[in-house]
Amino acid sequence: MRKGAFPLVFFIMLLLAACSNQRAEITSELPSQASAYIQISGSDTMVNLALAWAERYQQEHPDVRISVTGGGSGSGISALINGTVDIANASRAIKEEELQKAQQAGYNPQQFVVARDAIAVIVNPQNPVSQLTMQQISAIYRGEINNWKELGGENRPIVRLSRETNSGTHVYFLETVVRLGNSKDKTIFSPDTLLLPSSEGIIAEVRDNPNAIGYDGLGYVVPEVKVIAVARGPGEPFVLPSVETVNNHSYPIARDLYMYTREQPRGAIKDYLDWVVSREAQEIVVSLGFVSLEQSDVGSKTAKLD
Amino acid sequence: MLAAKQQNLTELVITRLIQLAGYLSILFVGLICIFLLKEGLPVLFEIPLVRFLQTTWYPIEGYYGILPLLTGSLIVTLGAILIALPLGLGTAIFISEVAPNWAKEILKPLVELLAGMPSVVLGFIGILVLSPYLRRLLDLPTGLTALTGSLLLGWVAIPTIVSVAEDALNNVPPSYRQAAWALGATQWQTIWGITLPAARSGVLTAVMLAVGRVIGETMAVMMVTGNAPYIPSLLKVFISPIRTMTATIASEMGEVAKGSTHYQTLFLIGIVLFLFSLIINIIAVTISSRRLKRSERLLS
Repeated sequence: MRKGAFPLVFFIMLLLAACSNQRAEITSELPSQASAYIQISGSDTMVNLALAWAERYQQEHPDVRISVTGGGSGSGISALINGTVDIANASRAIKEEELQKAQQAGYNPQQFVVARDAIAVIVNPQNPVSQLTMQQISAIYRGEINNWKELGGENRPIVRLSRETNSGTHVYFLETVVRLGNSKDKTIFSPDTLLLPSSEGIIAEVRDNPNAIGYDGLGYVVPEVKVIAVARGPGEPFVLPSVETVNNHSYPIARDLYMYTREQPRGAIKDYLDWVVSREAQEIVVSLGFVSLEQSDVGSKTAKLD
Repeated sequence: MLAAKQQNLTELVITRLIQLAGYLSILFVGLICIFLLKEGLPVLFEIPLVRFLQTTWYPIEGYYGILPLLTGSLIVTLGAILIALPLGLGTAIFISEVAPNWAKEILKPLVELLAGMPSVVLGFIGILVLSPYLRRLLDLPTGLTALTGSLLLGWVAIPTIVSVAEDALNNVPPSYRQAAWALGATQWQTIWGITLPAARSGVLTAVMLAVGRVIGETMAVMMVTGNAPYIPSLLKVFISPIRTMTATIASEMGEVAKGSTHYQTLFLIGIVLFLFSLIINIIAVTISSRRLKRSERLLS
């Protein structure tokens, strides 16, 4: 089911577009029908999730219309600042410069943690290597380890795959794994790293190529690739990513997913954001391979921006 | 008298409209040019030129070396032309000189159909079929290489080469061929010794137009070349992953903040691409106008 998710997303988007057109016609006759129109854009990682949420919410609240598009966290936040969308999905926290831009434009962006995501490191099933430390993954992507032999695998060259630099997943992986969370470290990906424009591109190449190593959101991983168990450091336990290991923070490459609004949300947008962290919406999170918020976190959903 | 006046008026209006259309297209090219320069050139005052002539492209951390992107585009284009020229020229010669009429009538529209193939479809074929096949065949670390891009772009370039070269071959006066046959030349000798040299400048124009088509191609390249911004070693030049200028603009323009250094640098890359196609077009025009002069000389 996950394998066919991408065409499905397009199909749903088409359906949504078709629906909203029809609704628009109806609205002109019955002005009371659609009271609110929420536009959401941003992270490609979150697009499946945001669509599923929007679909369910519209079923329950026929007076609210929600449109969702992808494009990347950066695109979503710039669209929010430009005023073309009401909510931006982001798989990374807003950057200092983006915050400044928003403030220059006279806005006061609000941040909401809506779900969690884990990045899975994946290899081809033929590859005998099945566990790596963060330091080893970092060394691979820095270009210091170039053969699987050095990691106990076969004598094969390592082909490094990464998302494009405009992806929130790329930036998150760079900071957390390649630089091991050290913000003073200015290392970048080895220049021969292949930058693929989509999650599907990475999955396709890893599925096919026994030399490849890649990373992608846990929600996009298909059974045809092998997920690597990751340890925080040498001597520490190797942990496979799963709902449990992300929620108990034992899996090291996990992050929060955000929604941003321009101002303190009011009306329909506030109702929607409240619903998104409800138990019902968080069940959808789990069904899509992401990790739901623990209920204890839900109360403190509004994080302070500094 | 009145009818003639009215006709004059209609003629005047139509002439002016056509004139306007002509001037408008010049105006638009000019405006695009100004827009490119306005968005791209200011970055040269912000960042010294030397920083662009580096080999590391990682703009989100301030590395703006565009050399790997330049070599990437040139490698893929060179490869595509090396593949498309023999195939395209061969097809053109076959259609124009050898094929019977019924075959011509089937082949010509088929070649034009090839030109209409959307490049994203080619990209899919590349990523799902061609790249895994090449990796196994040549025992490469990965199938996402410059060669894969060149093969797909060769496909894109073939229709351009075929239709322009075929026109050039058709324009060679029949008397040339008749004279060659009268002297006892075989068909191959006629093609290789007489027709092809006579159509040489047309063939060169075809190649130049194909280069222009290939260097600006984006989607297929972005999907199959791996997009790794580094300069491959000379031995592995075609079997390494590369990143082209067009793929860089396409994949990064969506995310950048308008007016930032990164944004302006992407426009600078656009200017470089624009210069490339300008030079290629100037060469193509020079070659084809020279052909005109020579044929005038021959006729006189």
